[in-house]
Amino acid sequence: MSKDKFTTLKSTAVPLPIENIDTDQIIPARFLKATTREGFGDNLFRDWRYDAENNPVNDFVLNNRKDTGKILVAGKNFGCGSSREHAAWAIYDFGFRVVVSSFFADIFKNNALNNGLLPIVVSDNFLKHMLAAIEAKPSTEVVVDLENQVLQVGEVQEAFEINQYKKTCLMNGYDDIDYLLSLSKEVKEFDLAH
Amino acid sequence: MSQQKPKTIFEKIWDSHVVKRADGYPDALFIDRHFIHEVTSPQAFDGLRKRGIPVFNTKRTTATADHNVPTKDQHLPIKEALSRHQVETLRKNCAEFGVELYDLGHPYQGIVHIIGPELGLTLPGMTIVCGDSHTSTHGAFGNIAFGIGTSEVEQVLATQCILQYKPKTMKIEINGKLGKGVVSKDIILYIISKISASGATGFFVEYAGDTIRGLSMEARMTICNMSIEMGARGGLIAPDETTFNYIKGRKFAPQGEAFNKKVDEWKNLKTDDGATYDSVLKFDAADIAPMITYGTNPGMGMKVTDRIPSVDELKEISEHASFKKSLEYMGLEPGSSLLGKAIDYVFIGSCTNARIEDLRLVANMVKGKTKAPNVEVWVIPGSKQVEQQAIKEGLNKVFEEAGFELRSPGCSACLGMNEDKVPAGKYCISTSNRNFEGRQGPKSRTFLASPLSAAAAAITGRVTDVRELV
Ligand code: SF4
Repeated sequence: MSKDKFTTLKSTAVPLPIENIDTDQIIPARFLKATTREGFGDNLFRDWRYDAENNPVNDFVLNNRKDTGKILVAGKNFGCGSSREHAAWAIYDFGFRVVVSSFFADIFKNNALNNGLLPIVVSDNFLKHMLAAIEAKPSTEVVVDLENQVLQVGEVQEAFEINQYKKTCLMNGYDDIDYLLSLSKEVKEFDLAH
Repeated sequence: MSQQKPKTIFEKIWDSHVVKRADGYPDALFIDRHFIHEVTSPQAFDGLRKRGIPVFNTKRTTATADHNVPTKDQHLPIKEALSRHQVETLRKNCAEFGVELYDLGHPYQGIVHIIGPELGLTLPGMTIVCGDSHTSTHGAFGNIAFGIGTSEVEQVLATQCILQYKPKTMKIEINGKLGKGVVSKDIILYIISKISASGATGFFVEYAGDTIRGLSMEARMTICNMSIEMGARGGLIAPDETTFNYIKGRKFAPQGEAFNKKVDEWKNLKTDDGATYDSVLKFDAADIAPMITYGTNPGMGMKVTDRIPSVDELKEISEHASFKKSLEYMGLEPGSSLLGKAIDYVFIGSCTNARIEDLRLVANMVKGKTKAPNVEVWVIPGSKQVEQQAIKEGLNKVFEEAGFELRSPGCSACLGMNEDKVPAGKYCISTSNRNFEGRQGPKSRTFLASPLSAAAAAITGRVTDVRELV
């Protein structure tokens, strides 16, 4: 479904400097039973946020920062594992609009883009710098300029790549079905021939 | 006529399914076969309802209930309210939109990636998608099969197409003879341990080489199944006589003359001489041994006789923190050996290893033996048909005598969405595909291994080098 339009975002950021964060950590399978898209944010990183007795784990970053911000910054190979789109929904539902990492799993990246969540790939060095900056000073302002494809952290900035089609979709709040439905005549012919 | 550029099998299938290629847009790819299940489809059907559109072609869509179904008393209503609701929602959606559903109790029900091939719905040359990452399993038949998210499930339901950029291609070639006690699961765990859990991200893999050619269809499916565990979009194996023999006579496969005609077509599904890949890797089958994972991603695997690496043996310093966290979770010491480590559970199941051949392998190994008293053993067949076949062959008796519990089909402890969970802190040797934190239940600890190694561990109650038993 179409999402809010995305142009520029200014926010603080949340550091999660762990590599290979898989979709089972983002949203454990036992929370996949809802049949709507909403409400998954409550269980985002569930088993890191809460202990076995359901008490919040105080030193987990999402529990101990007052201002969580709309940008999640994570170690490389974020979102590996399953194709569950619930991972992207949970991150979005929690309030994030951007995830920054030096590497994303393919399906997660697609799922994020299909749900108005912008995955930004940065260099290893920039990621290191960014994590250090926001860990040292949680109030550090981060600016995501989608139009110009620039990510700015304090005084330092880096350009990022994004697929032009996906960029247009994000900036205008379109989705893929709108485009594919416009091809239905061609598809029908194709269907008959196969 | 001008000479055509040589193509890989992947490019042949992809290019023949592009409905529209436009500058600045991803390819609109036609999808021949769409599988759906209860977990990733409800929001997609909702989307259709909101737009007021039907399923584009119900004949190309097949549904089953697998992810959170109970594996005991399947004839009774599902106890857990949310699971029941999800399965009921699937029922309702399939009825409303006219999609064929192999529901609980249906003779064709089972794990989606097991029923497709066994029903002959999965064929060479197709494009196949499902809202599940292990859709790569179907690639064993020489098709392009990959997992998609729910928004994409909605796309395919609505338009029979998906928007995709063509991934890069990788060839993984394995040649040589496999050693004693080494099966296809070990091949794929070995490859992933070599190239890491992200080593094939962005690629679509073709497995080739004489070792692969020598494998049965079932063993090939195990390999393609885990392509996603190294980050690949999917993995495929060019079809050959083994493939055609497997398909022949299956319920929904073309029959008689139509089948023969198809086989002639399918014979062209191979990579042309001179075609190039973006990456080529080669492995020697003789280097592969029975494998086991020790960490919390499938790339953290080793030969069962090896030691877990120590922290300073890691190539990348950036990995130290994740590595330590992972071993802490697993309750294991860097540098230690796993051989002889006591385990608590054995799970034989999942779309990786719950086909009849896997069950036969296990039954053969345990025949006349009994499980160790410290372990609980679950054998969860991949489908109703596998279950029935196992009973027909008397494997159920072998399991019973060994103290193994043969239950009804479903995903089960592969992801612990139903009651089958490994308790916190307990160790499970599992034939599934993921050892992520909490995958088999909160704080559960998973060792991935082959069905043979899992069976050996069930008997000894410990991590065992299966070669000592065969
Ligand atoms: S068996 Fe496991 S990996 Fe396979 S489809 Fe089910 S949950 Fe996914």
